[in-house]
Amino acid sequence: MLISLDHIYYVLGALIAVVALLSFLDKNNPKRLLTGTFWGLYSIVFLFGTMISPVYMGVLVIAMAVIAGFGGVGTGRHEEATLEQRTAKARKLGNWLLMPALLIPAVTVFGTLGLKDFKLGGLQLLEKANLTLVSLGIACVLALVFAMLLTRDKGLQPVRESRRLFDAIGWAAVLPQMLATLGALFAAAGVGEVVAGLVSSAIPVDNRFMVVLAYGVGMALFTMVMGNAFAAFPVMAAGIGLPLIVQMHGGNAAIVASIGMLSGYCGTLMTPMAANFNIVPAALLDLPDKNGVIKAQVPTALILLTVNIFLMYFLVF
Amino acid sequence: MTLLGIVVVIIGFALRFNPLLVVVAAGIVTGLAGGLSMERILTIFGEAFVKNRYLPLFLLTLPVIGLLERNGLKEQALSIIGKIKAATTGRLLILYLFIREVAAAVGLTALGGHAQLVRPLIAPMAEAAAENKFGPLPENTRNKIKAFSASADNVGLFFGEDIFIAFGAVLLMKGFYEQHGIFLEPLQIALWGIPTAIAAFIIHGTRLFLLDRAIQREVQQALTGSPGAKELNNHAN
Repeated sequence: MLISLDHIYYVLGALIAVVALLSFLDKNNPKRLLTGTFWGLYSIVFLFGTMISPVYMGVLVIAMAVIAGFGGVGTGRHEEATLEQRTAKARKLGNWLLMPALLIPAVTVFGTLGLKDFKLGGLQLLEKANLTLVSLGIACVLALVFAMLLTRDKGLQPVRESRRLFDAIGWAAVLPQMLATLGALFAAAGVGEVVAGLVSSAIPVDNRFMVVLAYGVGMALFTMVMGNAFAAFPVMAAGIGLPLIVQMHGGNAAIVASIGMLSGYCGTLMTPMAANFNIVPAALLDLPDKNGVIKAQVPTALILLTVNIFLMYFLVF
Repeated sequence: MTLLGIVVVIIGFALRFNPLLVVVAAGIVTGLAGGLSMERILTIFGEAFVKNRYLPLFLLTLPVIGLLERNGLKEQALSIIGKIKAATTGRLLILYLFIREVAAAVGLTALGGHAQLVRPLIAPMAEAAAENKFGPLPENTRNKIKAFSASADNVGLFFGEDIFIAFGAVLLMKGFYEQHGIFLEPLQIALWGIPTAIAAFIIHGTRLFLLDRAIQREVQQALTGSPGAKELNNHAN
């Protein structure tokens, strides 16, 4: 095998390491040491994640959370292109500017569907088990090369621009991964079984519709509590989706997962816990009502949740 | 007792602690309540965090997006949308909803977003479209248009991205089943996102379509509410 997912992780790790280094060197960031440490620790996860004992990785993860939790991740200063420069460039490059961005999905799909069994000198070119992710990684590298040729920006410029975006996203970049980790702990501690027990005692489990209803509404409610459907999914799927819908009633596992997750998204639309989707934009748009965005979304979310539950009921069995 | 972690999450978020810290605290509490040793909890943290390294792979798109932004990607997008003569707020937001959903479905989740596109581009354009049509807007109406601009971004993103096979949620679902001995292709899961994606577009699109009438009504009400306008209204009657 010539290119595996680990190679892609090394590329990402290297990118984050350089971002960390630039953060350390940014004298205009009052928290440059902690910000640099945060990204530095994160790059270790990708560069040496499998070589270090899981216990120490656990300590590292908690250290990252503590740095971010007490406001250690700050924003640096970035030399941005002015509006005039950007407009002039846009006029010059025109729709070519969209091409590198479109190249990413195009190459990902091509790699996934077209290079599945492609061999070079007898060796499998792309790791089969993680074909899509490896293709995505290669697509990003190719798109970057294309973008650099197109814009004639050289050297560290793309990394500097990445740091601008890393700073804008901040610790939130780590949140999905952290929530998946919480899901693993919930699973190890048996939260799914407890929820399943509670649900089983509350609803007639031999009624297919009631089970689907409990799963869909449960996903939405639990997502509202956790602020993220990623965290709710392992609990509700282990508690209701898998044992009751798939195993007991013989439902289609792919549909249970897909529409279940999307029922969770209906919850995301209705909760202030999903801060970066609902509260942050309210602040960005200067809305006097912090819940203004949520209020615009609640009717859509409730109607769609109802549709989801009926879709699941009719499609899954 | 094992549900104690959920309580930690609720309290933590309600008190506005940093989400990373809340999640870690909830994880430790859940582990301890479930009778796991501290060493075991740390091991699970480490293992799961390393195993889920694929979730932030989207960060690899940032060098490309950052470079394109520096060279006027946003400005070019504005000039493209400017050429489309979609006159009303509702139609403009329906178009954005559509573009956002389709782009997310092919993995372009980074094209869009509240900070990158809604605030600088979409919301001002939506406001301008209403102003062109009805004149000065009441403050409430202006805020409503902004809120709906943000909602179009959220709805488009959420219900589009699950169709993309490399998206984190799809991989998370695949990973969850693998742990339980069921093996699915990402494509199988992604395809079943399509019915909901279509329903989301119809439902939110209809509400955006009705938004134009709501704006018109609110502007007229504001006019009849002010004394000068009332007089005009009386004369008309």
